[in-house]
Amino acid sequence: MSTELLDPAQQIDIDRTVGDFRYDVKHEFDAGVGLDHSTIDYISGVKGEPDWIREWRHKALDVFLSKPMPTNWASKDLENIVFENIRYYLAGGQKPSRSWEDVPEDMKRTFERLGIPEQERKFLAGVEAQFDSEAVYSNIKAAVGEQGVIFCGSTEGLIKHPEIFKKWFGKVIPTGDNKFSALNSAVFSGGSFIYVPPGVKVKHPLQAYFRINAENFGQFERTLIIADEGSEVMYMEGCTAPKFETATLHSAVVELVAMKGAKIQYVTVQNWSPNVFNLVTKRAIAHEEAEVKWIDCNIGSRLTMKYPGVVLKGRKARGEVISIALASDGQHQDTGAKMIHAADETTSNIVSKSISIGEGRATYRGLVHVPKHLKGCKNNTECDALLINSHSRTDTYPAITVRGTGNACQHEASVSQISEEQIFYMMSRGLTEAQAMSLSVNGFVNDLVRQFPMEYSVELKRLIDLEMEGSVG
Amino acid sequence: MNALEIKNLHVSIGEKEIIRGLTLTVPKGEVHAIMGPNGSGKSTLSKAIGGHPSYSITAGEVLLDGKSILELDADARSRAGLFLAFQYPMEIPGVSNANFIRAALQARLPEGEELEATDFYQQLYVEMDKLEMSRQFTARSVNEGFSGGEKKRNEILQMAMLKPSYAILDETDSGLDIDALRIVSAGVNALRGPNLGALVITHYQRLLDYIVPDVVHVMVEGRIVRTAGKELALELEEKGYDFIKEELASTTGA
Repeated sequence: MSTELLDPAQQIDIDRTVGDFRYDVKHEFDAGVGLDHSTIDYISGVKGEPDWIREWRHKALDVFLSKPMPTNWASKDLENIVFENIRYYLAGGQKPSRSWEDVPEDMKRTFERLGIPEQERKFLAGVEAQFDSEAVYSNIKAAVGEQGVIFCGSTEGLIKHPEIFKKWFGKVIPTGDNKFSALNSAVFSGGSFIYVPPGVKVKHPLQAYFRINAENFGQFERTLIIADEGSEVMYMEGCTAPKFETATLHSAVVELVAMKGAKIQYVTVQNWSPNVFNLVTKRAIAHEEAEVKWIDCNIGSRLTMKYPGVVLKGRKARGEVISIALASDGQHQDTGAKMIHAADETTSNIVSKSISIGEGRATYRGLVHVPKHLKGCKNNTECDALLINSHSRTDTYPAITVRGTGNACQHEASVSQISEEQIFYMMSRGLTEAQAMSLSVNGFVNDLVRQFPMEYSVELKRLIDLEMEGSVG
Repeated sequence: MNALEIKNLHVSIGEKEIIRGLTLTVPKGEVHAIMGPNGSGKSTLSKAIGGHPSYSITAGEVLLDGKSILELDADARSRAGLFLAFQYPMEIPGVSNANFIRAALQARLPEGEELEATDFYQQLYVEMDKLEMSRQFTARSVNEGFSGGEKKRNEILQMAMLKPSYAILDETDSGLDIDALRIVSAGVNALRGPNLGALVITHYQRLLDYIVPDVVHVMVEGRIVRTAGKELALELEEKGYDFIKEELASTTGA
């Protein structure tokens, strides 16, 4: 990881207030409203996919249709998703382009408002930006390409690199893992495919930006990252969506494979608009002595359900989830982590911090599984909640099964509140109520944010500031 | 008038009236002390002037250099030049002391203007040295795990950095050993001058040996019952608060 400090003026500056805009985009391809087998054929046809993936999609649709909504344990709010009102595929029809000049002007304007070109110039090694469900702009810096790193969209990945793609696609998260992984498997488009050859350490983080830009349009990106033996890569995913009045569905699947001794870090800052259902499945397999770290930050959306997981498959593999969730009025952040220990001497660490404001609700669900026959496994789970004002709600559902001898598990949880006295103390120094709250929230997540890449920690601070301004009114 | 003026102030917490028609004036450049027995309303007075939302001001006026501050929220009162040194300073986990003070100074600048970091730290270190505070207090979370003396020193540090026109020091001596008392008092004395009016609230005369007031007010049951020079503090120390109460009983009874 690059630890070079940047001048504040040069740091990326993505103003999320501009998330509230939309340009008219003419979609050349539109699968129409609703979902059946003809939708699958349409998507597969437009994308020019091989038959095996078309078949795969059809099977996935059947699985999706056969599975019930998980409302027996999850939020009843899921019932408000009207699948037949959703558009499952929209695309501008542009082929992914390598240079900025090739990007259409109106799309450029959107990206400019998101601050992407500037970022590109300043410190990005490669950008894969998704505009609606098709990548319109992708650029891999020469340095990364020369190292043999493949960084492209999922469609390009499956067509051009089937020998790597097929080996792992759907293996970390099978189609039937849950209803929404099945949905994604049926209609996925966009997302990234990354392969890092053995021993290659990708110096700069690879980034992707995702945007939903059509009403009632679900976005179903599919990302697969394979870090071969001894390689290292960091991937950053940021989301912003324009505000719409009706609900939008976002359901991604992200699969990571860290081969022996490889390291993957996956960073997400999610700031969907407050009408988006964000139902995401993220999981990694860590082979011997591999390390996978999910840094997951959820600020936006109406309902987020996301529990990044690591299957610790090889000896001494290590998994980590660092998670921040901020739930304001009308939001439910249902997040957590899964650690499946499947080999000796594997270690996992979960640190989750949630902030509930007003009517906002934060839920933590954690799963730690260490079977009896394993030795020398360790898990540490820390789970802290901060409540701002009395209407807030926070729930913790830890499920920890640690069996066998010589396996250790440590679990700590805390709930704290920002008191009126603390706010008064800060205000009596001249800070506004919003500034005071923002400062204490930033203080609460500070130790986690320090682990974020520089540019994301700056952005996160700005997002928290904006949220606090909104919550004070 | 360049003064902190409190006129016929009435303050209630819930239904209960705590301050009952309090009047006093602290001209800029002077240090006044308020002494009084426990429960006389001293801390209520400081919180109410500071703008604590739980304290309702039912009547009266508080003026800063002739301008009313009662319509302002606590933060605006602070930016208008008022400072409150807390009896029990709050802990703010995760927020470093330096960041906190910097944010408070930044809040005083016009929009778009950035505090100059180098100057800030330079000034911070100078003030910390005066208060004999180790540099590690810049990185530590605000008041978290500080001893009583360290918290009070930190209050004075904030005051020195924010440079208020008027300061209210609420029981700054409570919880201090003699060394801490000396250091804190020296810190306050260093800030004395023509640009500061200070109101020092204390139960004990001891503090006033170190911070020698120009005027001493005695507060009983939410009112100022006596105002005199610094010798009044010594008299109180000698005779206790009872003599004032007895005097009051005889005058009101007459």
